[in-house]
Amino acid sequence: MSDNYGQVRIALRNCGVIDPEKIGDYIAQGGYDALAKAIFEMTPAEIIDTVKKSGLRGRGGAGFPTGLKWELSGKSEGDEKYVMCNADEGDPGAFMDRSILEGDPHSVLEAMVICGRAIGARQGIIYIRAEYPLAVKRLQKAIGEAEELGLLGDDILGSGFDFGIRLYLGAGAFVCGEETSLMNSVQGGRGEPRIKPPFPAQAGLWKKPTNINNVETYANVCRIILNGWEWFRQFGTEKSPGTKVFALAGKVNNVGLVEVPMGMPLRHIIEVIGGGIQNGRKLKAVQTGGPSGGCIPEEHMDTPVDYESLVALGSIMGSGGMIVLDEDDCMVNIAQFYLKFTAEESCGKCTPCRIGNRRLLEILEKITTGGGAEKDMIDLDELGNIVRDCSLCGLGQSSPNPVLSTLKYFRDEYLVHVNDKRCPSKRCTALLRYFIMPEKCIGCTVCARNCPVSCISGERKKTHVIDQARCIKCNTCYEKCPVNAITKE
Amino acid sequence: MENAGNGNKKLRSWDDLKKLRAGEMAKNGEKRTVLLVGMATCGVAAGARDVSEALAAEIKKQGLKNIDITATGCYGFCYAEPMVEVRVPGKNAVRYGHVDKDLAGEIVRRHLMRGEVLDKYVLTQEVTRP
Ligand SMILES: Cc1cc2nc3c(=O)[nH]c(=O)nc-3n(C[C@H](O)[C@H](O)[C@H](O)COP(=O)(O)O)c2cc1C
Repeated sequence: MSDNYGQVRIALRNCGVIDPEKIGDYIAQGGYDALAKAIFEMTPAEIIDTVKKSGLRGRGGAGFPTGLKWELSGKSEGDEKYVMCNADEGDPGAFMDRSILEGDPHSVLEAMVICGRAIGARQGIIYIRAEYPLAVKRLQKAIGEAEELGLLGDDILGSGFDFGIRLYLGAGAFVCGEETSLMNSVQGGRGEPRIKPPFPAQAGLWKKPTNINNVETYANVCRIILNGWEWFRQFGTEKSPGTKVFALAGKVNNVGLVEVPMGMPLRHIIEVIGGGIQNGRKLKAVQTGGPSGGCIPEEHMDTPVDYESLVALGSIMGSGGMIVLDEDDCMVNIAQFYLKFTAEESCGKCTPCRIGNRRLLEILEKITTGGGAEKDMIDLDELGNIVRDCSLCGLGQSSPNPVLSTLKYFRDEYLVHVNDKRCPSKRCTALLRYFIMPEKCIGCTVCARNCPVSCISGERKKTHVIDQARCIKCNTCYEKCPVNAITKE
Repeated sequence: MENAGNGNKKLRSWDDLKKLRAGEMAKNGEKRTVLLVGMATCGVAAGARDVSEALAAEIKKQGLKNIDITATGCYGFCYAEPMVEVRVPGKNAVRYGHVDKDLAGEIVRRHLMRGEVLDKYVLTQEVTRP
């Protein structure tokens, strides 16, 4: 099962190996045997016990113990319960869940039926974003094929157990990935979070007991049932057993999906599996957890990847986005990028998130356009903590992380922005100034002719000059100059 | 599968499932060459459909028989899509990256017809799965 450079493929075991549109391929790999085992050889309590002992934790963000969640929804009274799968995957840069659904849809379906068997539910719903048409198509095909073979629907494998799964397409709001907003959305309401408790395990979809897990969480379940919890625990760490799939992106050579045992040092993932940084540049930081996560600086690259270690560094595991940043990336700019995202995606229900994130964004915009002062950094810190502590749901509780973590680790970079009005990585365009170097300029007029605001003047064969007052910093002259006579600083 | 004859394919027991699996595995055991084309979003976006068509066209042109072209999901090397894995019975599985229409033709003419591995484009080689 070991793959190149220390990767271990459990959730991705069939991706790139089988034809996802042929149920026979999945069955040939041992597919639906875990379900048969769960139905014919295990009691619901035994299924839950196995998942509990495996130590599997939610892969959708918070890392809540999956077995405990199943136990809670199992214990809730009610003859109508739901099993839901969260396939909303809204983090920018994350594509783990999409790949699992496109490459191995049955692994998720099978696990949902097992969960239904364990908690006493007969209906499953997969909430998937409409922006994933290929995953939707393959899921529909998979559901149809499983129904045809009696692996879904009434009287599964002749056991008398009924379980059906249908899809619900989300319209692409980030907050709808939050479990209670997701349920409101399925009920036809606004995608706004509910106050917890009650938790979904007690009162979820249509106020019925509901178990909701992430795609990757489910993708681990069948192997745990088949091979046993002891097998699963041989991978990963004591508190974070198993593997995690990461979507490796950014300035790394091998952009793609990796599945590694928990506890692997970040540096190994980036430098060995990811093949190092593009163009021989230097690694500066890694952003994990998307808009809810933070930036981990180079000096902490030997940190093992597990839930607790990342939180200790001010970031989170999140769903598994991992964006590699190099020396050309500006950390203030990155913080602003994520905050712009969360400020736009805030549903507006609670004030700290609706207004707090907006104010945080305005301060960051001030800093990246040359209007900042040191006091702004204190405000960012204070307001960030308020938003984090007072927001209703995980969106606002985590949205300040990109700001707070960069403030903590890249304070100097903020200081250069506010005091010198300069961006050391030359990313904050408003702080840049373009100049033509007289000793290099050959007076070819290319820059002047291409400048969209005609702010470059000069005669043919003579040095050209940029009018700073009118320059819009579009970078066109820099790109067009045939003799590299333009500098920016 | 007892009911196979009357159009109802439903499995009625764990044994039915095991029988179906045995049948599927026997199919995989047949000595056929398989070309696996990465057809997740990453592959499709990089042009995997064209590659798949080019493979089919070249196989037809060369008159080769007993070769399956199969779609598969993402193996994780998104940077190297489109990807084609060549599984020739009894040989190591070879995974090619950055495949375009021209390379697809070459894979058929050189790898399939002459058993030549195009080292320059190989991403990984694995000992054949049993
Ligand atoms: C703003 C926000 C967005 C979220 N988006 C997702 C998502 O896209 N996919 C997901 O699985 N969980 C997401 N979650 C986490 C879910 O609320 C929930 O914790 C998860 O689905 C539980 O599954 P797990 O225990 O298997 O991780 C999000 C949470 C928040 C606060």
